[in-house]
Amino acid sequence: MKPDYDIIVVGAGPAGSKTAKHAAMKGARVLMIEKRQEIGASLRCAEGVNKKGLAKAGVEIDRRWVSADIAGAKLVSPGGKVFRIDESQAGNEVGMVLERHLFDKAMAAEAARAGAEIWLKTSAVDVIKDGETVVGVKALREGEPLKLTAGCVVAADGFESQVARWAGIDTTLKTGDITTCYQYRMANLKTEPDYCEFIIGSVAPGGYIWVFPKGDDTANVGIGVLASKLKKPGEVKAYLDSWIKKDPRLSCGQPLEALAGGVSVSPPVEKSVMDGLVLVGDSARIIDPITGGGIANGLLAGKFAGEVLGDCFQANDFSEKAMMPYDKKWRDAMENRLWRNWMAKEKFLTLSDKTLDGVIETLSTAHVDKMSVHNILIAIKENHPELVKEFEDLI
Amino acid sequence: MIVSIEKCMHCGACVGSCPQNAIFLNEVVLQFNEKCNKCGRCVRLCPAGALTMEGKK
Repeated sequence: MKPDYDIIVVGAGPAGSKTAKHAAMKGARVLMIEKRQEIGASLRCAEGVNKKGLAKAGVEIDRRWVSADIAGAKLVSPGGKVFRIDESQAGNEVGMVLERHLFDKAMAAEAARAGAEIWLKTSAVDVIKDGETVVGVKALREGEPLKLTAGCVVAADGFESQVARWAGIDTTLKTGDITTCYQYRMANLKTEPDYCEFIIGSVAPGGYIWVFPKGDDTANVGIGVLASKLKKPGEVKAYLDSWIKKDPRLSCGQPLEALAGGVSVSPPVEKSVMDGLVLVGDSARIIDPITGGGIANGLLAGKFAGEVLGDCFQANDFSEKAMMPYDKKWRDAMENRLWRNWMAKEKFLTLSDKTLDGVIETLSTAHVDKMSVHNILIAIKENHPELVKEFEDLI
Repeated sequence: MIVSIEKCMHCGACVGSCPQNAIFLNEVVLQFNEKCNKCGRCVRLCPAGALTMEGKK
């Protein structure tokens, strides 16, 4: 019997929309469901991305969803040492801060133009399986229970990663691989309007405080703390509030929006494909474990997934074997980097504030013209080889 | 588990962190199912401090 759709994508974030677009372009009947009433809202993101990441995923920049262009980054140690990376010489590969509520809609609109159908206020609540094969999803559309069948289901449900787990792929995280976040959009700040700032050390145990400019005197001011370092409820917000109070450039600001979220800082999933199911984006735990950034990786994985699923649709074969080229493509593109950054994260969270002060101080004299984790690790390797010796092969 | 609807920010941090996959967030409503074994992980990591274990203050 013919399924209701060839492909059902659960979640209309950037990874889901990219998958939907590229699969629909190859003629598949695609349905993308989104549990919220608005794509891209409410916000759960610090909104930083680099242009190279967008270009790799084939996303052309549209000024309507760019909030601020970034000239560089500042890494600030617990004792106030600053490592400044000026990107003005780095050409087109600099960073930017997005308007996610517009960016996500633009990505979903591209999926719609390619022929994908989109339903809002529709939650997946379980998968439907025939033996070991996923053959659809159980959903609630505006509260009405539905059974929807599909040749393939795409788990693009973000950090929650429930679809994969319902289907039998274990995406459970250790508390040492979860970062809990809290963020304000603030106005009337006195921070630099074109520099992303990262404040590390015990002010944000196992994570960092960020200031990502959003134009003029506004910015996303947020914090991520490793869940294994949290002792009592609501502590992450208290860490952020206490930093804002202490920093005179921030304490003059006022909040326009508050948001929270969970971020995986783990190695990627061991299995991203099974008969009738693929995992894309945050649900596949492909967020960068050092930066917590997931947009570029999600877009690229979504593009790969959509292309492979388009081929699978044309071959009428959504078996694990037929979809494995997707698994191989994203692993070739990012797996080594994800493992390297996970190992770097594991190492850095053992360092004391004093050691971090020393590292940032020596780095401040190093010349790094592009703010990538890789470039920073190279500089650390040159100045503090002992900190990276466990994973120097990957640098 | 007791959810404070005034404090919950519907962020899903608890959902993705739950080792039992026992929590469901339907846009704005957080629900716990019978798989919850009261391990308390969500209570500690909720960024909004919106969760309390039943019988505790």
